[in-house]
Amino acid sequence: MGDQLTTNTTVFIEFYYWVTVVMMFLIHVGFCVYETGVSRRRNHMHTLMKNTMAIPLVTITFYFFGWWIYFAFPSGFYWYNFVPDAIPYDPNLIAAPWSPLMGTHLSGVNATDTAAGLTVDGVNGTATWHRLNGVFWAAFLLFSITTASIISGAVIERIRSGAFWIIAVFVGSVSWITDAAWGWSATGWMVKYLGYHDAYASGVVHAIAGGSALAVLIVLGPRIGKFRADGTPREIPPQNPWLVTIGLFLIYTGFWGFYAACNIPMIAPATIAGQITGETWTATNIYLAPTTLSAITFNFLMSLSGGMLAGYMISKGDAFWTYSLGLAGIIAASAGNDLYHPIQAMFVGAIVPCISYKLHYWVERTFKIDDAVGAVAVHGYTGFLGVVVAGFLLWGAPSSPYEGFQVINPWGNFIGAVIMFFVLGFFPVLILSLILKALGILRVPQRAEIAGLDFEGEAAYQAAIAEVKAAEHATLASTNGR
Amino acid sequence: MSTIGYSSWAVDLKDVGAIYPFQGWETPMVIAAVAFWVIWHIWQIRYESEDLRATGVDADLKKGNEAIDRY
Repeated sequence: MGDQLTTNTTVFIEFYYWVTVVMMFLIHVGFCVYETGVSRRRNHMHTLMKNTMAIPLVTITFYFFGWWIYFAFPSGFYWYNFVPDAIPYDPNLIAAPWSPLMGTHLSGVNATDTAAGLTVDGVNGTATWHRLNGVFWAAFLLFSITTASIISGAVIERIRSGAFWIIAVFVGSVSWITDAAWGWSATGWMVKYLGYHDAYASGVVHAIAGGSALAVLIVLGPRIGKFRADGTPREIPPQNPWLVTIGLFLIYTGFWGFYAACNIPMIAPATIAGQITGETWTATNIYLAPTTLSAITFNFLMSLSGGMLAGYMISKGDAFWTYSLGLAGIIAASAGNDLYHPIQAMFVGAIVPCISYKLHYWVERTFKIDDAVGAVAVHGYTGFLGVVVAGFLLWGAPSSPYEGFQVINPWGNFIGAVIMFFVLGFFPVLILSLILKALGILRVPQRAEIAGLDFEGEAAYQAAIAEVKAAEHATLASTNGR
Repeated sequence: MSTIGYSSWAVDLKDVGAIYPFQGWETPMVIAAVAFWVIWHIWQIRYESEDLRATGVDADLKKGNEAIDRY
């Protein structure tokens, strides 16, 4: 790994990302707790397992091809690139599942590495990447699982698990990572040509997940009983409101890891090899443009607080929406939280979620969309609007440390938000959902939906209890006072 | 024009200070933020008073006893 400074830096960065991965796992604990709390008792285990099994499925597919897409697609689709820029990293060397760098590796080059085309140094070298590949892969993977998991809550109590898992794999390991390659990497074409700026993933994670969820909901339809005969919506209250809030608290906690994982913790200007002069090291955002952990700590908490205060007001103290709009506050400000002033983050975090909240009920009434957890609003509308707002507030700021990149601007961010929500989120998943519906595997049968998706499991559970109790009563009777 | 005062990162970072948008507007921003905070308290106390008044009207003897029994 070279000199001591390089070694220390590399090992520190490796450990830094590893910690973020562990913290981000709390997001999924939170999602599972939250969704289970929202679902009715007869659907608890189905709801829990539907979300839980997205974790292994997205993990293995992200290993098979998701990580490869990130390095292969920064200029388009690898086989067809719509901008002339060369792809900086060879995805086959770094991220193909058969690459030696996708396993335990100690930075040298032996016969296996030579046969794969790896060298010690350079862009595609093993010298530092061997230590970072696994933790970078995992950090991106946790974003992938988050993106898939956001959809899960919206569709509870009527989607078939098998259909959801296919959608989860598509969004988690194909569509979101394509948008990350385009708009959330130092060399993405959207950054270079549009000046797209979305530092903590308002669009690249939340808008695409919300757009995808909306598409599934349109094809899937509402839960039985959600709408009255005259078309007006009924509230279907959470079975356990207390558990829902704990779930959202856990998501907040995991979100800290998410934010930290979006930063490069320390890097020298010479390593960035862009326009920055001098020798002052810095933390950067994903685009390798300067920011600090302090900046994102200020702004995370202020945007969360703005969202919670405004959420409490607009929902008149409703716990579910106060917590949800706190989360939305962070999501709203995330696109620009590397640069915003904390008070700007607070106001963005307060105003945008209120718009999303109103949109949620307007869409529900007007289009008969049953989003059980408000995911399209909290993630989709908020993420979209957050990206648009960043385009205005950061107008003219550099999107990248490299020469020739467009500066941040409202049009670039608006087009970017449309790409995230509609082009990569809504439309592909609409087509996928229509295919699943045509195959008859999208929605559970009506009787199963009414009886509850845990019906068979619950019957077996009760039968097992009855049998054990009967055996114990019989044993007690036979003891005859002994 | 750049809202953060920099339109490129062709700078030596040792010479760079604040990089948030609209530098120079800190005091008005603080005034607006404090106003939001104070308004929030005023609204919340009024809303809570209304809520408690409604509880006083709605929670008659029968419903009050039912609430006690629910624990």
